[in-house]
Amino acid sequence: MSYEERLQHVSILGAAGKMGSGILLLTAMEMADISLKPENKGKPYVLNAIDVSDEALAGVIKYLKAQVLKLAEKKVVGLRKVYAGHAGLIDNDEIINQYVFDVISLVRTTTRLESAYDSFMIFEAIKEDPALKISLFSKIASNNPHQPWFFTNTSSIPITKLDEGAALKGCIIGFHFYNPPAIQKLVEIIKAEQTLPEVEEFARTYAKNLRKVIVPSHDVAGFIGNGHFMRDILYANSAVDKLSPEFSYTEAVYAMNKITQDYLVRPMGIFQLIDYVGVDVCSFILSVMDHHLKEEKLHSPLLDKLLSQGVKGGQFSDGSQKDGILKYEKGRPVAIYDPGTKTYVAISELQSKVDQKLGTMPIPPPWKVVVGSKAKNELLRDYFSQLKNEASLGAALAKAYVLNSHAIGQQLVSSGVAMNENDVNTVLLTGFFHAYGPINNYLA
Amino acid sequence: MVAGYNTISMGTGRKEFNPKKDRPGLEEYIREAGQGTLTQIGGAGNVDECVIGNFMASRFNRQANLAAFFPFVDEGLRYKPAIRVEGACATGGLALMSGIKSVLAETAEVVLVIGVEVQNTVKAIYCADYLAGAGWFKNRKDGHAYFFPGQFSDRAGSYFEKYGRDKTRLALARWFRNAIENARLCPTAQEHHNAVQDLEALAMMEPNGKTFIDNLNVFDCSKVSDGASAIAIVSEEGLKRCGIPATEAIEVLGWGQLEEDITKPPVDPTELTTTKHAVAQALASAGITRDQIGTAEIHDCFSIAGLMCMEAIGFAEKGKGADFILDGNTARSGHVPINTTGGLIGWGHPTGGTGVHQAVTILEQLTGKAGDAQIKISSDRPYGLTVNMGGDDKSLVSIVYQKGKYFSLQMAASTCKVP
Repeated sequence: MSYEERLQHVSILGAAGKMGSGILLLTAMEMADISLKPENKGKPYVLNAIDVSDEALAGVIKYLKAQVLKLAEKKVVGLRKVYAGHAGLIDNDEIINQYVFDVISLVRTTTRLESAYDSFMIFEAIKEDPALKISLFSKIASNNPHQPWFFTNTSSIPITKLDEGAALKGCIIGFHFYNPPAIQKLVEIIKAEQTLPEVEEFARTYAKNLRKVIVPSHDVAGFIGNGHFMRDILYANSAVDKLSPEFSYTEAVYAMNKITQDYLVRPMGIFQLIDYVGVDVCSFILSVMDHHLKEEKLHSPLLDKLLSQGVKGGQFSDGSQKDGILKYEKGRPVAIYDPGTKTYVAISELQSKVDQKLGTMPIPPPWKVVVGSKAKNELLRDYFSQLKNEASLGAALAKAYVLNSHAIGQQLVSSGVAMNENDVNTVLLTGFFHAYGPINNYLA
Repeated sequence: MVAGYNTISMGTGRKEFNPKKDRPGLEEYIREAGQGTLTQIGGAGNVDECVIGNFMASRFNRQANLAAFFPFVDEGLRYKPAIRVEGACATGGLALMSGIKSVLAETAEVVLVIGVEVQNTVKAIYCADYLAGAGWFKNRKDGHAYFFPGQFSDRAGSYFEKYGRDKTRLALARWFRNAIENARLCPTAQEHHNAVQDLEALAMMEPNGKTFIDNLNVFDCSKVSDGASAIAIVSEEGLKRCGIPATEAIEVLGWGQLEEDITKPPVDPTELTTTKHAVAQALASAGITRDQIGTAEIHDCFSIAGLMCMEAIGFAEKGKGADFILDGNTARSGHVPINTTGGLIGWGHPTGGTGVHQAVTILEQLTGKAGDAQIKISSDRPYGLTVNMGGDDKSLVSIVYQKGKYFSLQMAASTCKVP
């Protein structure tokens, strides 16, 4: 079965979720582009968007329409060629709308898993629950006569476990998009022990056609991305603990969030990033990693406590941020949740006091400026050399954080999760939008 | 002509422009420009007729019947004759011609002329659909997504092939730099806030045919603009009525107004043949030579059109336009300063308003009212020239002006060899 034939009938599990809807968008456009080739005229193309709730699936179509429209506007130069043979489509406006229609008309939303029994390929983006994934894969594999290939978006569960659990005989591969899939350039590809070479070859072609950056990761729980991110979270938690009793809990969270964003020139602070991903999701990933990586304790009592009090973070369907560890107004953090009093404390109440305690700092170039600059390395080198010579508490915390991040990166290489240092850096640069990779010599 | 007025040319580049926020509509631009001129000529009571030039409000703003906006500009214009004219990007020039002819026909002593376009109602990719109406509709299907940029990219490609790419691209970058540097001196210009230091380096960005067009980059193109310009066309009698001395006016000495077949491809893609005819007619009817021109406002919808226009006017020989520009002749300090407030690339290109804006700039320059953008007009080359082009060198209006001093408009007209 060729690449194009396999993409004639595809199902996405968890299609209404944040990751699933993004994968749906990219796959729908890839399938539409294939279906619009003259040689494929008349062939049916089906993309099942499967999820548990009709309401959520209705939102997916709206999302899809808005996103395809935006992307079609960007690729109209090429689309005019695609629709050159359609005499009635003349204006860009007509061509763009036809393309939006052609993409959306491939998609069938459904809550019935049975729809996947006819597919050649299954994308999975449901929650990080190994038992649930295995159960769904088994059901589909045993009822689908086409021996479909499974592409799982898991960010933490070893693929070999899923392969063995569902008896897929190597018809599975880890294909880990970053959030949001339509924007983030990175895809981690993770082979299970038995993954068939043709599955990997397809995965690489598919990623290439989606213009993604591919980083291979070994099949170790958490892979590279979460391998770094989760350990980064645990380090931030321990730093918060260490700041006590000089800092109250909320002051310490504010301090570490500020240090990880401003001092480290990252797109957002570590606690904001946890909210972005979801406290529940982070906690789930940690528990999966903790389960598989026996030699290391990967557990956050803080996240558990927050979750037990209903602090979850995550995003609304329109992409805006829900309140979590931090409270947001217009996307900016304005308050910090205090598990002691179960209320949010306004950042404005503690900001000046904490900033004073952190002491003087060299003025870091804003992350946005750095990532957009051609002189990125010079800017960073200059800033970090100033940071290096600064003795304030804030600078000390920042330096320790940078060095720990570096150590996490090296650990991922030495333990064989990543093939090399460059892959670790690529994951953080393209999957997390960092301005620099963790394995660097800025503080050397 | 007297009492010129330009609104800001609004769009990307202006600090106050935010595509997500509400902005003034078509009627607000019409009113601002109209009132801007009326207050300088003693009010609506002095106006006999009105002309409004607009290209495509029917699509950009879902609005037609624009002449009926004159009473909205000022109640004093109720029940007075008004007309709307259209000729793609030469609309403004045609609006002027309509007013000039009314004065010459002695049906009016004072004509209020407004040119307007409000284009930021849609994204650039849909804007391209609407502007494609300036070409033959039957060519649209096979045309580029960005139809007119595509047409001029093809012209640029032919020109590169015939006369060499490297030097031409450098000249186009210089054209951009001159446009922006002039726009910085004019508060209403769309690029007034542009603070880029190395403009030529920016403009040397390699064109990308996959996302845009093959031979030009975005800096070679005029922008999507909202704006309006207004001016009064008056007879000698009209001047007296408005109480304005002739020295504050410019006289129309001659013009070339003509059309080429919209269904035909360019005679020669490396030259603006119709422009050449129009300018020759304008100069001949004014009885001057191009060597007597002190400044010109020309139609640089694309930098390559600006370069080809230098050759069409005859400032440079065929194939020598790049040298002419690179030698500094078109800069504000050069031999013949071109587009002294930025032109279409620097000031902006609210399509239906552009022809009127050109007249306002010439009025300002020849009467010493161009503010920071003022250039020196020498007495041996006192004439101003405009070239306003619609479509791909199809509809042309070229006008020769001089400061109102020696002749009245009627006298000038009587000496004109009207084409």
